[in-house]
Amino acid sequence: MSEAKTDLVDVQIDGVWYQFPKGMRMIEACRQAGVEVPHYCYHPKLTSPGNCRMCLVEMGMPPRPAPGAEAPAPDENGHLPISWIPRPVIACANTIGPNMGIRTTGPLTEECRKGVMELLLANHPLDCPICDQAGECSLQEFSVEHGKGESRFREQKVKKPKNVDVGPRVRLDDERCIMCSRCIRFTDEIADDPVLGFTDRGSHTVLTVYPGRELANNYSLNTVDICPVGALTSNDFRFQMRVWFMRETNTIDTNCATGCNITVFARENKIYRITPRQNNDVNSDWMPDSHRLNFHWIESEARLTEPLVKDGDHHRIAGWHEAIATAGDKLSALDGSEIAVIASARMTNEELLMVKRLVKHLKVGHVDTVARVGEADGYLISADRNPNTNGVKLVLGLDDPGSQIEAIKLGIEQGRIKAVIALQENLVDDAGFSAELLGKLDFLLSTYPLANATADASDVVLPGACWAEKSGTMINATGRLQRLNKVVDAPGETLESWEIIRDLVQVTGGGNGIYAVSDLFKQLAAEVSEFKGLTWGQIGDLGLPLIETGVTIPALDREKQRIASGLIVG
Amino acid sequence: MSGISYKSGREPHAKEHRVVFRNVDRKGWDTSIKSYLAEGGYEQWKKALKMPRQAIIDEVKKAGLRGRGGAGFPCGVKWGFIPPNNTKPVYLICNADESEPGTFKDRYILHQDPHQLVEGMAIACFAVGASLSYIYIREEFPEAAKIVEKAIAEAHEKGFLGKNIQGSGFDLEIYVHRGAGAYICGEETGLIESLEGKRPYPRIKPPYFPAAMGLYLCPTIVNNVETLCHVKHILEIGADAWSKTGTPNNTGTRILCVSGDVQKPGYFEVEVGKVTMGEVINDLCGGLKPGRTLKAVIPGGSSAKVLRADEVFTVGRGDDARKLTIWDIPMDFDTLAACGSMAGSGGVIVIDDSRSISWVLNNINNFYAHESCGQCTPCREGSLWMKKITDRVVAGKASPTDIDTLYGVAKNIDGRTICAFGEACSWPTESFVEKFRDELVSDTRPELEGAIVNAETLTAAAGL
Repeated sequence: MSEAKTDLVDVQIDGVWYQFPKGMRMIEACRQAGVEVPHYCYHPKLTSPGNCRMCLVEMGMPPRPAPGAEAPAPDENGHLPISWIPRPVIACANTIGPNMGIRTTGPLTEECRKGVMELLLANHPLDCPICDQAGECSLQEFSVEHGKGESRFREQKVKKPKNVDVGPRVRLDDERCIMCSRCIRFTDEIADDPVLGFTDRGSHTVLTVYPGRELANNYSLNTVDICPVGALTSNDFRFQMRVWFMRETNTIDTNCATGCNITVFARENKIYRITPRQNNDVNSDWMPDSHRLNFHWIESEARLTEPLVKDGDHHRIAGWHEAIATAGDKLSALDGSEIAVIASARMTNEELLMVKRLVKHLKVGHVDTVARVGEADGYLISADRNPNTNGVKLVLGLDDPGSQIEAIKLGIEQGRIKAVIALQENLVDDAGFSAELLGKLDFLLSTYPLANATADASDVVLPGACWAEKSGTMINATGRLQRLNKVVDAPGETLESWEIIRDLVQVTGGGNGIYAVSDLFKQLAAEVSEFKGLTWGQIGDLGLPLIETGVTIPALDREKQRIASGLIVG
Repeated sequence: MSGISYKSGREPHAKEHRVVFRNVDRKGWDTSIKSYLAEGGYEQWKKALKMPRQAIIDEVKKAGLRGRGGAGFPCGVKWGFIPPNNTKPVYLICNADESEPGTFKDRYILHQDPHQLVEGMAIACFAVGASLSYIYIREEFPEAAKIVEKAIAEAHEKGFLGKNIQGSGFDLEIYVHRGAGAYICGEETGLIESLEGKRPYPRIKPPYFPAAMGLYLCPTIVNNVETLCHVKHILEIGADAWSKTGTPNNTGTRILCVSGDVQKPGYFEVEVGKVTMGEVINDLCGGLKPGRTLKAVIPGGSSAKVLRADEVFTVGRGDDARKLTIWDIPMDFDTLAACGSMAGSGGVIVIDDSRSISWVLNNINNFYAHESCGQCTPCREGSLWMKKITDRVVAGKASPTDIDTLYGVAKNIDGRTICAFGEACSWPTESFVEKFRDELVSDTRPELEGAIVNAETLTAAAGL
């Protein structure tokens, strides 16, 4: 180690020497050495107030020789002896220096942890049986690992406000709060909405919302995620399900082109909760409330669960065989130029490849997807509210998705277009097609998860799986290829779009050898140059950069600045 | 001090050496600038403006002036912490948040000799290059704030503050900032946060030394009122003469505030280390109350560790080692530290045999539980816990085991907090239990061992 690079320093952690960049926080050096330092207030994306004192460790430096005395000699590896300091230091805010020693075990560190745990629990209500955080609570976890197992506290606990509405989506129990201030720092530093703060002092300190204000910003639920205890809970999730019963699936948010990485928590085929999943190239540790909570419709009464075929004024339930055969008959009778396919930029790349196959097979004359444009929020929400516009461009080959919709409307109006295949789009409500216009068609086929006005006007209605019910890949605004993973089974007879389109291709005489979505990914990897050589496994849980778009995510840009200025670890 | 006469009954004791308190209780003296100028006021300020800045800093360093606020840190060294390549504004803050129980010296400077402070501050500001300065006055000193405001206005009017002072090209404004009644605002980084308009949560250190990164993240010097007054006197008589008062490494004079069980409590300016605890109690304060005996002394404000009356202290090392009784302790920084306590803020609290130690400790714990800012876990949760235990000891509802718990809680705070409040609140308990365990235990009842003591558990146990 004598030839160490100048920006690396030797650090001894629990007796083992490592090299880490100078200036790295002690807690991060320990983490990289595989040693977890317990902590509550520290969060790598927020400033470090050092208030919880849970990360106290024993620290040492080379002894400073008295004036005139001989400096200590380094050992054969160039390491100086370490003189341990009797006063513990916080690992979260202190940085490593040359020849530093850190002890995360041993009497001093262990006594500190036991002491802090006992003090944190002194006035805590210990209401774990009815607490939503139970099972994912740092107080519980560190109690088990570092606590004394029993408390000497025999006094009356401090009474504080409970069940406080701090905003429309977040609820506060001040007795559970350990005053780590993560939520306060998040609202101030990340959400630019500093409405939370402490009032009163000492043991009577309470977290509170500024008088006359509420925690209502669109990122408020992130405070629930980072709250290490059960003080802040989500109105949507609280009391719904014990966390240990739920199965976690890593997937991505499909509410906009950012494609926030998420974890979906489900039990028995029902989704209970979505939380952001850390991806420092996409969403950091955060996600907007509006996207997080947009999943309850998946259980809607209006879900389509069976293929339907129009019979006079009504739709009747038909089996897949009949519904596909009906569509096949109608489509085979038409020339490709009389058919329009309106696909969706909410589809996966694999599904879009299948759309491409259908278009080619039927020689379809008109193809487009529906654009969804909103306002970018300057944080994580992209103006493009479709999750896979870049996939539409790359896989389906559309240069300007959404630009042909008006031409298709005109074609229907003029009778040139006689059939429309609407894949996972609601043409009436989302693309401005009137029911009257759709009435002019000879044949309308639509797939969608929910019953809607377009389904009402359709000759064949097919239940298509939603984002949580299928797997595939999407390309986000920055050009990152990310995996969508199936969370729950689709209801009833619902099929994924690629299956539906495959069946349409087959019934109209097109053969293909596709039996699983992975077959489609293999074909993408073979056919689309940007995908060349990629495998499903390579994409991983965090995705990988696929194309250059020049688009950046504002929240990440600011995060990078804060990292560069040393405010946060990142 | 010839020619100065003091108000009847307020005359300084013969063992006092009045420098900073020269004009306190002085006959015919008032707080006006007229009074001050008639006594050579602001002459040192005028002199300082013509000196090289480093020369002033060197003079203060040479004098060995140690901070009078509590920590006793060398003032000149503190000034030297300002980074040499600094390009940001420098601030100087006078800490007039005198709130350590047992300490009441700064209030008399503010009340009776405000111009002395303004002059001292002005010199210090010039030395460190601060053109903007604040006096942070505790909420409980409303009169002092008015008096200092008036003094600043007068100094302004006479051209001792403002733009281009005395044609020197140096600008200086001093503002009074009022606290809102929190002890923690006396902690220098808590004070800075408060001055910035935030909750006075002390900052984590490192990395934030105020001299490098203080107010608005600029270099900031925070000095106590008494310390800043001394700066004027150092300039007036020179570091050599000034440091001849007091004892080596404990130079100058300091004001002792004696309270508690003595005949004549009050403030006394003495040469540091030249009077002993015995002289303070018996001479300056007229002795203990009739028929009482000394039980203990808290020598440096309520957070200082208590000294037991019958303790024998060993100070010095090797050949210099000597044994002292409490009466022999010279009142200086180093000896009190060697005796296991501290000179702190100069607040000497005398406790005689009429006092219940449990009550005294509970009184102190009450204060610190009320004043803990609540930022970091050990002090927030521990200070109230200690108070609740001593509440029960006083009420006769504690068992001997509770005394062990009390000590354990204090040990869990000491050395593990963001600021020195952790020590301030745990040292009294630690030292009282270490030195008066028998008396504390005698106030407990062994039969209460394991008894339910909180109403919640009682209710739950009764199945209600």
